Amino acid sequence: MSEHEIAATVDGATETATVEARRLLVHALRENWGYTQPTVGCESGKCGACTVEMDGEVVKSCCVLAVQADGSEITTVGGIEGAPDGLAEVGGDDVAAADDDGFGPVQRSFHEEHGLQCGYCTPGMILRSRDLLAANPDPSREEIREGLKGNVCRCTGYENVVDAVEAAARKLEPIETDGGAPEDAVDAADGGAD
Amino acid sequence: MSGEESVIEAEGAVPTTADEGAAAGGESVGDSPLRREDARALRGETTYTDDFGQEAAALAFVRSPHAHAEVAGIDTEAAEAIDGVVAVYTWGDLAESDAPMRLPVRTGPLDCEVPGHPVLAADRVRYDGQPVAAVVAKDRYVAADGVEAVEVEYDPLPVETDPEAAASEDAPTLFEDAPDNVAAVGELGDREATDRAFAAAEEVVSVELENNRLIPSALEPRAALAEHDRTEGFTVTMTSQSPHGHRRKLSHTLGVPERQIRVISPDVGGGFGHKGHHHPGEAMAAWAARELGESVKWTATRSANYREGAHGRDHRTTAELALDADGRFRGLRVDTHAGIGGYALGGGGAMPGWYGRLLASQYEIPAIYCRSRCVFTTTAPVHSYRGAGRPEAIYVTERLVDVAAEELGADPVELRRRNFLDPDGFPHETAVGATYDSGNYEPTLESAVDAVSGLPRGGERDDDGRLRGVGIASYVESTGGGFESGVVRVHPDGGVTVSAGTHDHGQGHGTIYAQIVADEHPVAPEEIEVVEGDTDKIPTGTGTFGSRSTVVGGNAVAESAQEVFGKAREIAAHELDADPGAVETTDSGFRVADGAGEGSDAGDQRVSFAEVADRAYGRGLPEGLSPGLEATTFYELDNTAYTFGTHAVAVAVDPETGEYEVERYVAVDDCGVRVNPRIVEGQVHGGVAQGLGQARSERATYGADGALAASTMLDYALPRASDLPDIETRAQETPSPDNELGVKGIGEGGTVAAPPALVNAVVDAVPGVDHLDMPVTAERVRTAIED
Repeated sequence: MSEHEIAATVDGATETATVEARRLLVHALRENWGYTQPTVGCESGKCGACTVEMDGEVVKSCCVLAVQADGSEITTVGGIEGAPDGLAEVGGDDVAAADDDGFGPVQRSFHEEHGLQCGYCTPGMILRSRDLLAANPDPSREEIREGLKGNVCRCTGYENVVDAVEAAARKLEPIETDGGAPEDAVDAADGGAD
Repeated sequence: MSGEESVIEAEGAVPTTADEGAAAGGESVGDSPLRREDARALRGETTYTDDFGQEAAALAFVRSPHAHAEVAGIDTEAAEAIDGVVAVYTWGDLAESDAPMRLPVRTGPLDCEVPGHPVLAADRVRYDGQPVAAVVAKDRYVAADGVEAVEVEYDPLPVETDPEAAASEDAPTLFEDAPDNVAAVGELGDREATDRAFAAAEEVVSVELENNRLIPSALEPRAALAEHDRTEGFTVTMTSQSPHGHRRKLSHTLGVPERQIRVISPDVGGGFGHKGHHHPGEAMAAWAARELGESVKWTATRSANYREGAHGRDHRTTAELALDADGRFRGLRVDTHAGIGGYALGGGGAMPGWYGRLLASQYEIPAIYCRSRCVFTTTAPVHSYRGAGRPEAIYVTERLVDVAAEELGADPVELRRRNFLDPDGFPHETAVGATYDSGNYEPTLESAVDAVSGLPRGGERDDDGRLRGVGIASYVESTGGGFESGVVRVHPDGGVTVSAGTHDHGQGHGTIYAQIVADEHPVAPEEIEVVEGDTDKIPTGTGTFGSRSTVVGGNAVAESAQEVFGKAREIAAHELDADPGAVETTDSGFRVADGAGEGSDAGDQRVSFAEVADRAYGRGLPEGLSPGLEATTFYELDNTAYTFGTHAVAVAVDPETGEYEVERYVAVDDCGVRVNPRIVEGQVHGGVAQGLGQARSERATYGADGALAASTMLDYALPRASDLPDIETRAQETPSPDNELGVKGIGEGGTVAAPPALVNAVVDAVPGVDHLDMPVTAERVRTAIED
């Protein structure tokens, strides 16, 4: 089996490894570099637990070879703290910035809506939900369900996951700079009146 | 809110504080503080078993591609020659060691003597995927190469995967001592009295049904990281719902005392029963770690996890209901073949205790007789899966009631109502020996029915041409069996550590136990640490399954908290020079109650909880009190607590394709006092989702060759977000009179109620159909309409 030198930026850090051509990105992340946020549920692209962002695209890291990730920029759920990236375009930097717990608006909403139980699918769900909201800032419940169908959760029945994505969408409503109700939007970004 | 008032609390009325610790000093139970468990998971900081031991050697199994075969020979030479393969083991290696290396059989309820499940096949395999050899290598990729290189010669034998067929004369025999493959026959109730009830009945209705075989499918596959030290013994970090249970089982399999085994169960990605069972992986990893003197890790692939089991359900049942002229139930007769797979690893769900005892559901049925035959089949072992016997039982009764309503031309709601147990008649002992602690069924029924009233039903066609149907199912659920340990330890600085023998893998024990203890202590919930999942850190316990943790773990913790609090109050009274009865709690300590002390400033006499804790460790104790401020309780209920409710479903069926949509799902549940209503709601959602999965899409189907056809997540149809309806929840609280907290379990109710409710709804929608087997797929509906 041929071996290859690869380098990637993961959550802002430069990582290098010598890997076999067959090695999956999720195993490079977890075992070579210690990023255990993406978990492994099916090794076949069916469950979404291993979801990460790669060069701005959400991918299932069990379906990407480590060598394909050479030179790429990867973000796990551990790297989204204070990283407004895709969501900044939706809600603006203020809204997408992390709160006191280090939660972004999507994480905050999953917490408030009880959108997780065992947590195994959660990193993937969070990244998938962020991607969904970046593409569609005001999704219907049906669109949310459709958008999340590649990510299996066996605990929540998805009810509170869908609620969480809806709540995050409300938090991310664009802040209007003139007129509108900017104060409400900022309050919501902080998690509402808690 | 009391059960007598029967106030149904609708979704959205659940009180939630957005911040933990808002309530202290007796107001925490019943509140819904946000979960303390969430933060780590949301940041990806959780630590599951496979996150540990990245340097450990990797263990992988060679698995049989045959469902039933003699193992004629194994050649490991090529595998051993691979660079990076550390060792290859077969049964011969295990047999030469002093470890039994057979997973223990639960011999108690069996009628035959059969050997335990060998960790590696001894001479014969009895299911597709059974481990035959083990490869240990430097990493998982090389281990997989090693598995590929092991040559095994098999002499295939005939297979039989259906439990009813396996008990027939021409079926292949799996074990000599059970020539008809029947491992055990369980009987429950009074056969003669039931026969008499049927002889005297005005109406008799019957149904034949399958309770489909399921794969629990926790998202995290099973895993174990084993280490061995000659002095310390084994340390096994593993995916366990029951750390002490696994320690005990490993003790049997490895042949070493329990004190020589430490089981650590860190974060666990879902359990649903199958992480309470003993599987070859953890035993093989431990054995190899001792043999090699290095850490060995086994992590199942999804497919291995699916093929190895344990699976759930797999019943074939014929059931009959006898009614009198007034539509009152007089007798229930049930005959079940329960598949238990190729080895007897428990088959708990099939045995009378869990299955037959729930058959009365919410009804007055004077005579019941249930016979269940546990049958060996050439399939993966079957064991308890979320609900474990209770969904099987309630499915039988609730389908039968709807069949009776159809045949008698009665309203299924009215038929249920007429036969409900009297709310003033609790405790109630059923004809199958269950004693229900408390119940008030009609209000939950009314609430569920009200939610779907006015919706079209009975095959009515709407403007879109779809057939409408409504179904309901009422249920009871037995929760909280066995003992549990609960410790409350106050440290000298006033900090509190709570531990219990239960294990959290999504249920929010940390949040719930802290709420319970905060109600007894002048300490805020966020100041209370909760520890589970390490046999070295907590007293012997039982684990988390059977909707038991809040019931027995919660009460164990509450009792310890009470004991500790009583002592703290005595110390505080001594400090304040007051009578203990005159001392009351504040947010952070104690004070003399107004009007109880001398002078007008009594309320200003205070002592902090931290000061009391300091005194408790020998610096100023009142005479007669020994030092220390901690308590351990081993708690057990004489009886279990019976959760109940009614779920209602409305469906719209497309007669052209058989596809159907769930237009409304309403769950009305009563699990007694809810410690954290938001968490209760989450448990209902998850249970209903798994119940709808069973009802609509899941089936662990074996092919004619005995190979598991549903061996990946592509083939096994788990419900996805786009497959499920919104699930509306409502709650009633009828406290259990048998435990201090008044609680009942809620983890499994959804898996019990959803299958019959959904099937009843689809059957209602499709004219001329009296039963559809699960999973009710579009194909099955379409075929039923054609016929």
